[in-house]
Amino acid sequence: MISFKGVHKWFKALHVLNDINLHITPGEVLVVCGPSGSGKSTLIRTINQLEPINEGSLIVDGMNLSDKKTDINKLRAEVGFVFQQFNLYPHLSVIGNITLAPIKIRNTPKKEAEEQAMVLLNRVGLAEKRDAYPSQLSGGQQQRVAIARALAMKPRIMLFDEPTSALDPEMIGEVLAVMKDLALSGMTMVVVTHEMGFAREVAHRIVFMDYGVILEEAPPEDFFLRPQHERAQQFLRQLLTPMQCQ
Amino acid sequence: MLNYTFDWSIITSGQYFDWLLAGLITTLKLSTISIILAFLLGLLIAVMRMAHSKPVRWFALAYLEFFRNTPLLVQIFFWYFGSYKILPAFINDWLNKTGFEFAAAAIALTIYTSAFIAEDIRSGVLSIPKEQMEAARSAGFSYLRSMQYIILPQAVRITIPPLVNQFLNLAKNSSLAMTIGVMEMTYQARQVESYTFKGFEAFTAATVVYLVLSIVITALVNLYNEKVLNVHKAT
Repeated sequence: MISFKGVHKWFKALHVLNDINLHITPGEVLVVCGPSGSGKSTLIRTINQLEPINEGSLIVDGMNLSDKKTDINKLRAEVGFVFQQFNLYPHLSVIGNITLAPIKIRNTPKKEAEEQAMVLLNRVGLAEKRDAYPSQLSGGQQQRVAIARALAMKPRIMLFDEPTSALDPEMIGEVLAVMKDLALSGMTMVVVTHEMGFAREVAHRIVFMDYGVILEEAPPEDFFLRPQHERAQQFLRQLLTPMQCQ
Repeated sequence: MLNYTFDWSIITSGQYFDWLLAGLITTLKLSTISIILAFLLGLLIAVMRMAHSKPVRWFALAYLEFFRNTPLLVQIFFWYFGSYKILPAFINDWLNKTGFEFAAAAIALTIYTSAFIAEDIRSGVLSIPKEQMEAARSAGFSYLRSMQYIILPQAVRITIPPLVNQFLNLAKNSSLAMTIGVMEMTYQARQVESYTFKGFEAFTAATVVYLVLSIVITALVNLYNEKVLNVHKAT
C-alpha cells in the first residue's frame, strides 16, 4: 500500500531522510517513534507529498510520487492527514469543516455530505457540536473533528502526525480512543506519536528513527521488551522513567 | 458683519435641486461600480502577486508599483485622453455609447484603488498561518481552490478595516471625475455655483453628501463585519 525504496531527502545540507526502505501493507497500523528532529514527521509528510522526496522511489496506493504524471491532488484526496495543531478552518462551522472537501472535490450533494458528516460526528462523539466553530471547542474536540474531516473523504490511508502532542493530558485519551476504534475497523494507518501505551496496544509494527535513519523495525512486544539498537534502548528508558535519566 | 445672505432654498427645491440630485445619483453609481470592480480586481492581483509562476508575479508587481505610484488625476486623464488612441475601435464605440467620461472615470478609479486593495489583501493572506494552506492541500484542494475556499475567506475578514479605508478613498476620489466632465456631485455643485453664485450652499450640499456617503459605507461594512464576527467568535 505504501512502499519506500531507498528514499533520501535533504533540507539544504541537513540529511533528514537517509535511505528509507519501508513497506506498509493494507490494514496495517504502523507507529513511527523517535526523538525530536529524527525525521519522523518528515517521513510521514512525504507520503502525501507535503514534503517532496529528493531521491529513491515512493509508491502510495499504486501511484508513483516521483512520476510527474501522477495527479498529486487526487492522491491527497485518498490519503487523510491529521496534524499536531488540528488546523481546522476557523471560518467554518464543524459541519462546514467536514463537508467542504466532499462537496467541492468529490461533488457530493450537500445534503448527502451532511448526513455522512453526522455519521462521522456520532462516531467521534461530537454530534451535538455540529454548528459550533473551532474556536469554541477544546483541543481534544478539535482534533476529533479533524479526524472526522479527514475520514469524510473516505480515505484509503490515514496519516497522523503527533495527533496528541498539542493536547492537555486529560484530552489525550478521547483522541486515542477514536484512533483505536479506527485501527480496529481495518484502516491502514501511519501514526507518528510518543504515546507508547497506544503503540503497544494498537500498532502492528513499530519503526524507530533517529538522524533520518530507520534504526529499528519490530512488532510492539519485541520493540518494548527487547529493543536491539542502543539508541532505541536509551529512548525507551527516557520515555518510561524520565526523572532517572537526567 | 457678514455681507452675504444665505439662501438654502435654491438647493432644496427646483432646478438646482434636480441637478444636485442627478449628481448624487451619478456619484453613487460611479462609486458603487468602482468599489465592486476594484475589490474583485484587487483579489485577482493579490492572488497573482503570490502565484508560483514568476512572470505572473512580476506582472502583478509591475501593475502595483505603476498604479500606486502615479497620481490618480493623471490616470484619469490617461484613460480619457490617451486610451482613445490605443484601444481597438470596437471598445471605443462601446465606450462612446455607454458614456465615455463615465467609463474612463470608472476604469481609472477601479484600477487605481485595486492596487491598494491587492496589497491589503496580500498582507491579510500572509497573516493566515501556513498550516491552513497545508490542511487544504492535504485534503486534495489545488492551490487556487485552497485560496478560494480556505485562505481568502479568512484573509478578507482580517482585511476589512483597511478595505473600508480604500472604499472611502474611492468614494471621495470619485469627485476628480468632474475634471473630464462626468456630471457627478462635485461637478453639479460647481455648476450650481456658476449659475447662482451661491457657492457656500452648493458646496455645503456636496460636503454633506460625501460625509453621509462615507458614513453609510462604513456602517454597511461594519454591519457585515459584526455579522461575521458574531458567527465566528474570535479566534
